Amino acid sequence: MKAEAKEHSVIAYHRHKPGSQPNRVYESYRSTVTRNPSKPLIFLPHTLSEITGPIYGHDPVTETDSDLTRQHAGEPVGERIIVTGRVLDDNGRPVPNTLIEIWQANAAGRYLHQRDQHPAPLDPNFSGAGRAITDENGNYRFVTIKPGAYPWFNHYNAWRPAHIHFSVFGRAFLSRLITQMYFPGDPLFAFDPIYQSIPDEKARQRMIAKFDLETTKPQWALGYRFDIVLRGPEATPFET
Amino acid sequence: MSTEHIPTPSQTSGPFLHLGLTDKRSVVRIAGPEVTGERLRLKCRVLDADAVPLNDAMIEIWQANAEGKYNHPDDPRGTGADAGFRGFGRAATDENGACEFETIKPGPVAGPGNSVQAPHLNAAVFGRGILLQLHTRIYFAGDPLNESDPVLALVSPERRETLIARPDPAQVNTWGFEIRLRGERETVFFDI
Repeated sequence: MKAEAKEHSVIAYHRHKPGSQPNRVYESYRSTVTRNPSKPLIFLPHTLSEITGPIYGHDPVTETDSDLTRQHAGEPVGERIIVTGRVLDDNGRPVPNTLIEIWQANAAGRYLHQRDQHPAPLDPNFSGAGRAITDENGNYRFVTIKPGAYPWFNHYNAWRPAHIHFSVFGRAFLSRLITQMYFPGDPLFAFDPIYQSIPDEKARQRMIAKFDLETTKPQWALGYRFDIVLRGPEATPFET
Repeated sequence: MSTEHIPTPSQTSGPFLHLGLTDKRSVVRIAGPEVTGERLRLKCRVLDADAVPLNDAMIEIWQANAEGKYNHPDDPRGTGADAGFRGFGRAATDENGACEFETIKPGPVAGPGNSVQAPHLNAAVFGRGILLQLHTRIYFAGDPLNESDPVLALVSPERRETLIARPDPAQVNTWGFEIRLRGERETVFFDI
């Protein structure tokens, strides 16, 4: 194959601000110590390889994909909630048509996963996985139940605050984000090394959803808003 | 970038990522038989600081087609012949820390200025203990463009080999790539 050596320039994306992302090695979260590099990362000026990403070809999403309370014959046990928000880039522009995938424990704090050893009941009416695609304004919406807190083995009497795992693609391979959404006021934040791994407190708080009375549906479900911000380009990319 | 729009922090995918990402939605076949290009099987392994395989990690791959073009509107060269080729794969590692992809070798990709990037796959590693995904690249041993690749040139010669997949002597068209997260022969990871 002949190489194409045409001059072209690439619009770089913003870099993360110091302290706004987790420390890769965070000793109180034990398994980070053996699973992250000891040598510094090599700074890579952005090329086409980093600023492109899988934005096309996601499988279509159905209505029950985003309503985790309607994936089985009966309703799951737990506090029904609505989680909605927008996906934006760091220029404040909506990220449309991007895939969001979520997974979570049930109301008792148990995952439908063979490696989950927590002796809490499984719920035959709850799988705990969902998908949605943002609309043209970057909006998404899930209906689910509030997950329970659960214990883990990181340290003595370790408990994870209730959370929903979020996976978002965005426009570029470098904007790909996997994070966790937390609930306001959780007393476990102070003791959770995963939540605490982000040095900047303001940045950390971006992972906490806001209770929202507007989203709350009378006689039916509490509503939470969770906006997600992805890295964006330093200049407006070409629309094609 | 205003202060109100600082990106949401990353968190670990945790040990149960399969539930949301790979039980039903893994993409092991990046390129099916209909896609033009040199077909290959890529066998990856992920190991920790003590060379213990990770049985709960996930690798995502992003790659160009055989013409070196990405299926994305920001690639100014268009998608070329294989408009249906997506270029995305993801797989969870098994008990041996291993996963496999079926794909084609990408073509050379335009680099900064007039440079050309050697054929490579972009890879990200997620998993328990990984709070922010680790980015690396997978190049192909013996490709003559490796010598002039602008990204490999950023890496000291003794560490460059950690970015290069090797042909499997036992199986044709099969390549092996080990990701060592820390310690001896630690893989090069990029700040992208």
